[in-house]
Amino acid sequence: MATQSITSATSATTAQHRPHPNRLVGSAATYIILAVLAILWVIPLLWALDTALKHESETTLVPISWFAPSGFTLNAFIETLSSSDLPRWYFNSLLTSAVITILTVLFASLAGFAFSRIPFRSKGFFFWLILAGIMVPGQILIVPLFTMMQSLGMVNTYWGIILPQLASPVAMFIFKQYFDGIPQELEDAAVMDGASRLRIYWQIWMPLAKPAIAAVAIFTFVWSWNNFIWPFLVITGTNMMTVPVGLATVQTSYGIRYAQIMATAILGGLPLLIIFIFFQRQIVQGFVGTGLKG
Amino acid sequence: MSDTSIQQSIVQRGSRAEEVSTQRPSRFSPRWRNEAVGVGFVLPLLIVYVLFLLWPIVLGLRMSFFNWSLVGSGSGNFLGLANYQEALSDPNFWGALGNTLIFTVMSTPILVILSLFLAILVNRVRHVRWLFRIAFFAPYILPVSVMALIWSWLYEPGFGLLDGTFAQLGLPSVNWLTDTHVAMLSIVIATVWWTLGFDFVLYLAGLQQIPHEMYEAASLDGAGAWAKVWHITIPLLQRSTILIIILQVIASLQVFGQMYLLTGGGPNFTTRSVVEYIYDTGFTDFRVGYASAMSYLVFIVILVISVGQFWILSRQGRND
Repeated sequence: MATQSITSATSATTAQHRPHPNRLVGSAATYIILAVLAILWVIPLLWALDTALKHESETTLVPISWFAPSGFTLNAFIETLSSSDLPRWYFNSLLTSAVITILTVLFASLAGFAFSRIPFRSKGFFFWLILAGIMVPGQILIVPLFTMMQSLGMVNTYWGIILPQLASPVAMFIFKQYFDGIPQELEDAAVMDGASRLRIYWQIWMPLAKPAIAAVAIFTFVWSWNNFIWPFLVITGTNMMTVPVGLATVQTSYGIRYAQIMATAILGGLPLLIIFIFFQRQIVQGFVGTGLKG
Repeated sequence: MSDTSIQQSIVQRGSRAEEVSTQRPSRFSPRWRNEAVGVGFVLPLLIVYVLFLLWPIVLGLRMSFFNWSLVGSGSGNFLGLANYQEALSDPNFWGALGNTLIFTVMSTPILVILSLFLAILVNRVRHVRWLFRIAFFAPYILPVSVMALIWSWLYEPGFGLLDGTFAQLGLPSVNWLTDTHVAMLSIVIATVWWTLGFDFVLYLAGLQQIPHEMYEAASLDGAGAWAKVWHITIPLLQRSTILIIILQVIASLQVFGQMYLLTGGGPNFTTRSVVEYIYDTGFTDFRVGYASAMSYLVFIVILVISVGQFWILSRQGRND
């Protein structure tokens, strides 16, 4: 075991200078094991990229090889972007995810603000009523939800995708908890000035809640962008599909064109990978803080 | 958030919310005004919550008592509990439930142990931590269909990466997604690759909560690195572990995408999950009444686990 090879001799004195002193000096073995596993973890992605960069005719050569006899090419990517529905799916995903994110932040922060800062008698009842929703498993509601959407005429519409994804008890809870942690003094001054609750919420509390807004916005966006089962059910036309739903149809519609399928898969995952690399810390913390939604 | 266990803080905060409301009655406005303003702020969320979460629960229950169809007749005739009786004696339902349990039992221990192992190692290293975090967490950020496209290509017989590598090593070819004995394992492997990052970051967050003094004290007592992991790290991560197991079980019981996309539930329905069976019944056979009844049975199982989770975590919170 790697853990055994890490010497317990790490002195307490060096450790005291670091913020997280339980990071002992890693031994070479720790690095080697991690490196091997990390490589194992990225190989599927690298193989997909490798395939996407090959000429279509060389993707199925046996024995398999990471190298392409006649060199690598961007053809598959160019073809995917120019002749497939992917750009349209990007647009659909971006639009629905953006609307879901904005409305979730708005609705959840309003409710979180009320539960944290407004003394009203039915507060406890509504708070627990909404919070109990955390326990409802989403996949189980698909059948009645679809029947509902059908009778509302929302099948194959953007609202059909958006509306069922707006009720987020987790987001509400994050805002409530964040508002609970802010001292009261600022607001008291505003109340003296006779400002309305809505102005206090919008001009004082929301600017203070930027970290909570960022966390909720990022995880809501990633979550709704990746949601598969619901858009898959409610969308029937190719031009209304979101990226995950559209990609699910690629395999059958392209046939055995592996370079293009892999180029599509990579392009489909790319926006989130880029967002992830830029907002690594916030995304990870967002998911940790909202573990329940996973 | 001070802890990974959100539920525990839910329980603690919930009681505080009521204290706040009684401590600070507003003197400037009558009580009914606060009531209206408070409810007004909650209203937008409440409306979408009632319409798209509570109402489907009620509607689903109602549908489950009818011979409800997605096409033509609509609600059909009232059946009472017949849909539930049918589900309980339906071998396909039990088969799908069994597959789901096999999937849960196979994937959960691997995910918990491997993510704990990785988190402990990553927590020890000082350099390029971010690189490991990206490597292990990145797959989790991908949509299920991207994961499925990549893994069906890896599992492709003949010239997929796995089969191709096996051939070069002189190993026999495996029908990863079409052999009834292997297909579930293949789905578990792909799922572990895809979702491990989530458990990994939960553990990493848990590790950073452990006070360093505990390790120092153990060092003074002459404890080795392995002893410290075994006697300090793992016991103190107990709450993270419980949380991860429960989240994992709840998510696994609802597994759908990777099975639907990788194997379509095959071969011979050996990887058809219960949600996929519900989907097949409701959206291929259009028997949404029956599908609702099965949804409700699964819902009850998950609800029991969720309530158990709240109970365990809140009890732990009191003990601390």
